[in-house]
Amino acid sequence: MKEMVCIVCPRGCHLTVDDNMNVTGNSCPRGAKYAISELTHPTRMVTSTVRISNRDNMVASVKTSEAIDKSKMFDVIKAVNKMSVKAPCHVGDILIKNIFDTGVDILITKDVE
Amino acid sequence: MKQVDLVIIGGGSAGMAAAIQAYDEGIRDILILEKDARLGGILNQCIHNGFGLTEFKEELSGPEYLQRFVDQVKERGIKFKLQSFVLNITKDKVITYSNAEEGVVEIQAKAIVMATGCYERSAGAIQIPGDRPKGVITAGTAQKYLNINGYLVGKRVVILGSGDIGLIMARRMTLEGAKVLCVCELMPYSNGLQRNIAQCLNDFNIPLYLSHSISKIVGKEKLEKVVVSQVDEKFQFIPGTEMEFECDTLMLSIGLIPYVSLLNNIDCPTSSTRGAIVYDNMETMIDGIFACGNCLHVHDVVDFVTIEGRNAGHGAAQYIKEKEEHGSLKIEVDPNLAYVVPQFVRTPVKEDLTLKFRVRKEIRDKKVVVRHKDEVVFSQVKLVMIPSEMVILTIKKEKLQDITEPLKVSVEDR
Repeated sequence: MKEMVCIVCPRGCHLTVDDNMNVTGNSCPRGAKYAISELTHPTRMVTSTVRISNRDNMVASVKTSEAIDKSKMFDVIKAVNKMSVKAPCHVGDILIKNIFDTGVDILITKDVE
Repeated sequence: MKQVDLVIIGGGSAGMAAAIQAYDEGIRDILILEKDARLGGILNQCIHNGFGLTEFKEELSGPEYLQRFVDQVKERGIKFKLQSFVLNITKDKVITYSNAEEGVVEIQAKAIVMATGCYERSAGAIQIPGDRPKGVITAGTAQKYLNINGYLVGKRVVILGSGDIGLIMARRMTLEGAKVLCVCELMPYSNGLQRNIAQCLNDFNIPLYLSHSISKIVGKEKLEKVVVSQVDEKFQFIPGTEMEFECDTLMLSIGLIPYVSLLNNIDCPTSSTRGAIVYDNMETMIDGIFACGNCLHVHDVVDFVTIEGRNAGHGAAQYIKEKEEHGSLKIEVDPNLAYVVPQFVRTPVKEDLTLKFRVRKEIRDKKVVVRHKDEVVFSQVKLVMIPSEMVILTIKKEKLQDITEPLKVSVEDR
């Protein structure tokens, strides 16, 4: 039996998972999915910023295209901090394709003209 | 003096939503005045994920969410001025703003929407004992330095206050290489969302000390250490519970306050939220001046700011097109509720009425009831209501057709 707070949305349901992987306390199917994933293969969305080579005093925000292995969070940040982009850049531009062979991309989330 | 139909003060989530809504209802002569160098307001620095679940049925980062509205503003050709700071407004809706190109300018509006957002409570507002070195900073300021400008403000951090910005910054600074030593919270419960405690603190083994506060700041020029102590029920420090943390940054996440100084200058009545008192169309008690978003009451979720902005834009558009005389009735709340927005409903009621409120303390397994005289016009069971989550309910207009007395909102046994 394991208890956890669901992080899928701001609602924050209190979930309980029994030994047979039955989830209770969730208000939606995404909560059940999260609970199982959290116990078998925890993942997180990672957001950060990247340098803009041709702008002073300004960085562009980035995110993982989907949730990535929780254990790789710090590695994602390190990889992004080695990069830079050139303005103009736009929401959805790919900064790093298929990072660490996970199938997850690092995307720009800000328009900089 | 230049005339403009609708002037919107603040180009964040609330202001952009109001502008788009008014435009779509036929108002073409709109001007958004934004003090920053870009539209979007505070979302520009909220690079984390989780915005847009209600609005777009997907999770976006702050900059992605705001960009969708910037695009809509630009598609419609709605005029906006950046780095333009409003100095004053009058009851007759004359706006004085200034910017680098035009200097100080006065314009006459038919209606104004205030969408000026909120500001952070700062160190001066709470009297922390000890020295006054550099290294004490609000969480939002640290967030701006890091997420807009790219500077990490410190390497060893103690956070006071468990509001969401502080929790989000605990994670963000940890990921960027800082050591966040602890979060201390004066109250016996956290003010942040449960999921932020899980994913921002627990994920990184950052301790959260409830019923704790900073009993001393130590540092001659730069911050050297803070002393954290437990507090009793009266928030007095308990001797013997001191813990010392060597740190270079004390980050404050101790509350947000609606920014209403422009309204205060014209004696606009305000409520316990410090925001303006409004009718259901978001019009303040001053004719033709509307308010929405965090300058009215501080929201938890930007999607609801957007919806409130649209409501204000709708109200302002109607006001400009055809000003109608109306009566009004007060909306009263019982002591379980900290406040309600709006505080007045116009009569006769022509649209469904949305009420937003917060409870004073956690309430479990009760129902929320709205009454007119003895008649129940709305009732809904709520399993949990907590102070950090705004409650929103909508009453059908059919239920409010013949109201003559104030509406009463109360929390009752099921």
